[in-house]
Amino acid sequence: MNATQKNAAIPSSLEWADGALLAEVERRSGAAVSTCFQCHKCSSGCPIAPDMDLLSSQIMRLIHLGARNEILDSEAIWACASCEACTARCPMGIDIAAVMDTLRMMAVERKVSASDARTRSFNKAFLSSVRWHGRVFEAGMMTLYKLLSRDFFADMDKVPRMLRKRKLALLPHFSKSAKDVRNVFKRAEEEEKKR
Amino acid sequence: MKYAFFPGCSLESTAWDFDKSTRAVCKALDIELADIPDWVCCGSTPAHSSNASLAVALPVMNLQKAQAAGYSEVLTACASCYARLRTANHKVNEDSAERERAGRITGKPYDGTLKVRHILDVLVNDLGVRAIRKRILKPIKGLRVASYYGCLLSRPPEVVAFDDAEHPACMDDLVKAAGGQAVDWPLKTECCGASLSISKTGVVNRLGYRLLSMAHRAGAECMVVACPLCQLNLDFRQPEARQGHADIPDIPVIYITQLLGLALGIPKEALGLEALTIGAGQLSARCAAAGRS
Repeated sequence: MNATQKNAAIPSSLEWADGALLAEVERRSGAAVSTCFQCHKCSSGCPIAPDMDLLSSQIMRLIHLGARNEILDSEAIWACASCEACTARCPMGIDIAAVMDTLRMMAVERKVSASDARTRSFNKAFLSSVRWHGRVFEAGMMTLYKLLSRDFFADMDKVPRMLRKRKLALLPHFSKSAKDVRNVFKRAEEEEKKR
Repeated sequence: MKYAFFPGCSLESTAWDFDKSTRAVCKALDIELADIPDWVCCGSTPAHSSNASLAVALPVMNLQKAQAAGYSEVLTACASCYARLRTANHKVNEDSAERERAGRITGKPYDGTLKVRHILDVLVNDLGVRAIRKRILKPIKGLRVASYYGCLLSRPPEVVAFDDAEHPACMDDLVKAAGGQAVDWPLKTECCGASLSISKTGVVNRLGYRLLSMAHRAGAECMVVACPLCQLNLDFRQPEARQGHADIPDIPVIYITQLLGLALGIPKEALGLEALTIGAGQLSARCAAAGRS
């Protein structure tokens, strides 16, 4: 989709003056998105910008405009590497990386879009490994990631080198606190619902 | 000097050489490390992308364990664990709602008084570059090194805050103390793509090539890092990142603790150099030779 088509699609879901999206993002991220004055410093320094369908400064503006679908269906929120260059450099002190976290959570919650299933699947596989072992068990996590993402063949050629370099353990390292971790996951999920 | 040590999941698997070399260097420099008993994963990027409460609670569990074991400072080597532990501590200290929530989730109160330190911070600020220079037995004479800090050690400045966010210099100082030449180059704090390594490998390889070629053009023979994600993306993935780019040679990307270890005269077997994909043998031979001259 080129830029013109993308822009042409935007008015369809605008909430315009209602500001519900802006209020929700600001409340959940703790970032003052409304103070963005479109200097584009975040986008200029973003290392992932060439791989994004929306730049971070465009996302800030679309939040002002209430373009919920365009943002939550974008690839950009999943392409973000959380490097925080934007947060560190924003002249208004907006924690843009925290906004990206919030947008990812909102995208997962509404369960409609499947934009970038891979990063979602990675997050899911990683956290389920931590939930059950208390620590990450790479071999188990990668198996689950491949099942969730259906990305079966990527990196399989590297397994022998991983094993040779002892970078891939075949058995999990359990933390003795694994049970406490499971309870922490449960309570953290309840706490998130209250926010 | 004694610290509670938080190894983290990467140091148990993909970055076992960072674990081994960190412990070896600390031992050589009389920095005592005691592993936090039954530590758990910090949650890393998947936690802060998925559940803000969990992203604070998991690090807090570890800080509580360190505090219960009687420590006041936690040391980590992994840049990602460092950023997550620091961020959680910062939130608990700045925001009473966060503090109470973390207490409810973990079932124990945490007051936020523990200090979280990175190995670089401790080496440069507690021990000091001058003291380290005195302990160098095999200076890596003339080796041109690009120090790569990446994102998690330098950002956000109000949370990590032990070096300049845009122009950090602590690793360059250690390289110089070890007898090497610190190359001035512009991408010190650019991101390598970090945890996108698995889900967006193409992006990571594009960023990797950009970093490697810039270091090469600046005259570096090798790069030093202090983050398991940077190391994996730049070393393990280097053959793919350089595919179709004949303009740069093999560039070893090693942990600062491995470089420092060689210069401190620690045998290479104790530094896990065999875990490197690129040029491990060549580099250690070069260091050994430089030490003799």
